[in-house]
Amino acid sequence: MSEGKNSKMKKVALFLPFLVFALLAGVFFSQLGKDTQYMPSALIGKTLPDFSLVSLETNEVMNKKDLGEQGFLINFWGTWCPACSFEHDYLMKLASEGIDIVGIDYKDETTAAIKWLDEKGDPYSVVLLDELGNFGIDMGVTGAPETFVVNAEGIVTYRHQGIVNEQVWQEMKGYLK
Amino acid sequence: MISLRFLSIVLLALFSFSVSAEAEKVLNFKSEVDQVRYHDLISELRCPKCQNQNLADSNAQIAIDLRTHVYDMVNDGTSDTEILAYMVARYGEFVLYSPQKKGVNFILWYGPFIILGVGLIGFILVIRRNAKRRKQRTKG
Amino acid sequence: MLPEIGHFALILSLFFALALSFVPILGYIKKHKVLMAYSTPLTHVTSLLVLFSFIILSYSFAVDDFSVLYVSQHSNSLLPFVFKLSAVWGGHEGSLLLWVLILCGWSSAVAYKGKTLPEDIRALVLATLGIVTTGFLAFLLFTSSPFVRLLPDMPAEGADLNPLLQDVGLIIHPPMLYMGYVGFSVAFAFAIAALISGNLNSSWARWARPWTSVSWAFLTLGIGLGSWWAYYELGWGGWWFWDPVENASFMPWLAGTALIHSLAVTEKRGVFKSWTVLLAIFTFSLSLLGTFLVRSGVLTSVHAFAADPTRGVFILVLLFLFVGGSLLLYAMRAADVKSDVSFGITGREAGLLINNIVLVTLTLTVLLGTLFPLLFDALDMGKVSVGAPYFNSVFSPIALVLMLVMAIGPLLKWNRTKLDILIKQLIFPCILACVLTGITLIWQKFEWITLVSLFVAYWVLLLTLIDWASKLGNVGSSWWQRAKKLPRNYYGMLIAHLGMAVSLIGILFVSVQSQEEMVRMAPNDSVTLSGYEFVFNGVSQVQGPNYVADRANISIFKDGQQVASLAPEKRVYQARTQMMTEASIDAGLFRDLYLSLGEQLEGDTWGLRVHVKPFVRWIWLGGILMMIGGFLSAMDKRYRKVAGATI
Repeated sequence: MSEGKNSKMKKVALFLPFLVFALLAGVFFSQLGKDTQYMPSALIGKTLPDFSLVSLETNEVMNKKDLGEQGFLINFWGTWCPACSFEHDYLMKLASEGIDIVGIDYKDETTAAIKWLDEKGDPYSVVLLDELGNFGIDMGVTGAPETFVVNAEGIVTYRHQGIVNEQVWQEMKGYLK
Repeated sequence: MISLRFLSIVLLALFSFSVSAEAEKVLNFKSEVDQVRYHDLISELRCPKCQNQNLADSNAQIAIDLRTHVYDMVNDGTSDTEILAYMVARYGEFVLYSPQKKGVNFILWYGPFIILGVGLIGFILVIRRNAKRRKQRTKG
Repeated sequence: MLPEIGHFALILSLFFALALSFVPILGYIKKHKVLMAYSTPLTHVTSLLVLFSFIILSYSFAVDDFSVLYVSQHSNSLLPFVFKLSAVWGGHEGSLLLWVLILCGWSSAVAYKGKTLPEDIRALVLATLGIVTTGFLAFLLFTSSPFVRLLPDMPAEGADLNPLLQDVGLIIHPPMLYMGYVGFSVAFAFAIAALISGNLNSSWARWARPWTSVSWAFLTLGIGLGSWWAYYELGWGGWWFWDPVENASFMPWLAGTALIHSLAVTEKRGVFKSWTVLLAIFTFSLSLLGTFLVRSGVLTSVHAFAADPTRGVFILVLLFLFVGGSLLLYAMRAADVKSDVSFGITGREAGLLINNIVLVTLTLTVLLGTLFPLLFDALDMGKVSVGAPYFNSVFSPIALVLMLVMAIGPLLKWNRTKLDILIKQLIFPCILACVLTGITLIWQKFEWITLVSLFVAYWVLLLTLIDWASKLGNVGSSWWQRAKKLPRNYYGMLIAHLGMAVSLIGILFVSVQSQEEMVRMAPNDSVTLSGYEFVFNGVSQVQGPNYVADRANISIFKDGQQVASLAPEKRVYQARTQMMTEASIDAGLFRDLYLSLGEQLEGDTWGLRVHVKPFVRWIWLGGILMMIGGFLSAMDKRYRKVAGATI
């Protein structure tokens, strides 16, 4: 009797490799077509890190508390970044709709930045200079453009790497509340 | 004779000295330990923007910037754990090539040894079954 | 017109492969000899058609036919001719064609060599290979045809081959790698044939053995070439990065190593029959898994091909059919296997079982580490990375255990070994290895893990040589005559095991004793590292065939004597305006001097990365020894005789 039970167990055990493989195949299937480059921000749900950066317009040092009380966007950009000029028009549109966008001029030269804003228009409520990219690292930025949503409580709720357009904005604007 | 030889050695030394000046190291460390720490850290940290490269092996701008940060922190006397925590706070656990030993990661860290253990138990079972069969055969 | 003919030949080959998948099996079911005999000609015709289309694709590259999309994406009229030919497998489509071509090559080799096999087995083996060929030909034709045209707007110039791939190592690396892991399909096909026919005695293992050894040898060569290429081409001086794509080729190697050993026991002793079948399936499944991981875009790697979800789905379906199907077949058939051979704990069978347990653990470790980020992400737990530090601390100790027992294995006798004799054999090498480790310790201070590794390396070297000496004996004819009498199979094992020890020594020294410095160099500046003085003579501009380069000139002195002159470059490839660092290496048996040029800092001052890497060549030298071992054991005379005797 125990012999029979044993052989039944053996038969079931022989199906184990198949089952493990089938599970793995399921995992692979769920992963297909996912963007492997997508990386969630470590700052989501945390308060915006403090900083002291010089404002492009006024040349004064500004801190976190100088930024708006309502929700706002933080947009990292630079004149060296080709994608940023594609994004610029859409940011202008958002600004015209009254969205508060804080611009961080990331690893850039001030004169070039002033020229850029003169020519293309200025969508930012304030532009802060992050010449060395230190604030960028505090925010976990890997390049430009990158846009963060900070809500009314001063908490980072969303991060988008790459160009902001209509589609991205629809996804993003819910996080501003 | 001797003086001539001496002279030639002196000349040689002078000559080689005037030809080459000691090159400046790009990174200077306070101690050898710091240098080792720096190299270990930048090979353990993943470049957040690259395909799959550590900070040491990447030429991406962000990798260069982060290397500089690690270098500064090492020279400021920041400890390894603090530096790793600094990176994780900004870029997430994704940047650690050696995942933290907590939670589900236990499977990753101890799984192989468990598999080996299970294998060895299997080995003992096979051997015991074999011994039993032998006994039966000698009896039969 | 020609590319269309090539495409047509591929379509035709799909039909022949399809026929190859059904006709012999139908013959097997109906016990119809003529239908079964069709397997050989069908195999050869399929192979010839694939070869024909491969030649046409190569021709399109040779004549710069940029109207073919694939050619225009991966070649350029300025590209040197050899690289035009290697560009055939420089992208997904062409390399997949190469994959299929090699699979066909193996199938035809089996058809040719397998004349002595029983008819039904040959039919089943070739049909199994035919099914795999069909799957991949369909994949090629439906998702990744290399013959797609860009008409009428054909570009005047091609986009050029990725500069990283414009290199001798990369001409031969992919073919060798594919020879290896596609070659495991043969052992797989024999295992499937054994499962279908129910003939799970030891004969299938005997047939599969030489094929497995040859594939393993090729895979060893392929991995070695890849590592060598990464070492000198990527410019970082690393030789293994534990990148998912590297792991994808390493897993079948580990499993294949286990398979070689378990095939030996199954053949000689008739034990572990069902386990060996499973291992054969497992090994080839890992080859397929590797192909999936590299080509589906589920993992992030520097070396992965451009991903496309349809391709991913297609190849996953193939994976599911082949692996899932064979595992189900296994589950249904393997229960019938009865083993009545017994062995003791000191027998060689037990030793080889340990070998298999450890090797499979190592394989699963690499699998776990490679797939962990994927599983983590699939369960929505966020993103993690698993890299070199993990593998170094988990894989290495287990690998050391493997090598420790590897050295004892050959000393064991089948069934049982007398322990007192064994211990006597072990004591002397153990002491000597300790002494040698001690001597090395005087010369260099090491951490304990390094010391253990060093001991293991000496241990393996000594025991392997002592085993050889004892097998040689000292009676009878001259030493040379006695040495010649030992079978090639034995020498294969001996050399492969020595190769492992040699690689281990290389790995140890290069990871512990490498020196590296990043310096700022103006002309006539010098830097001293490990006793070598590097004098920078400045940088000049050079024009290559399809690039311009800044070439630095560095003279290297040791004790006042010039030992080498190196010229690392920074190249800009024109077609893609892509920047490349070209390291310059002075190779030596005991050390490599490795230079790579950094950025131009100011004026004539440049950044320069200087490495001194002791024993790094030993890593690949060991690999070459292992490869030779693999080929040698496959050439054993026994296989020919035995194969003839089984009819």
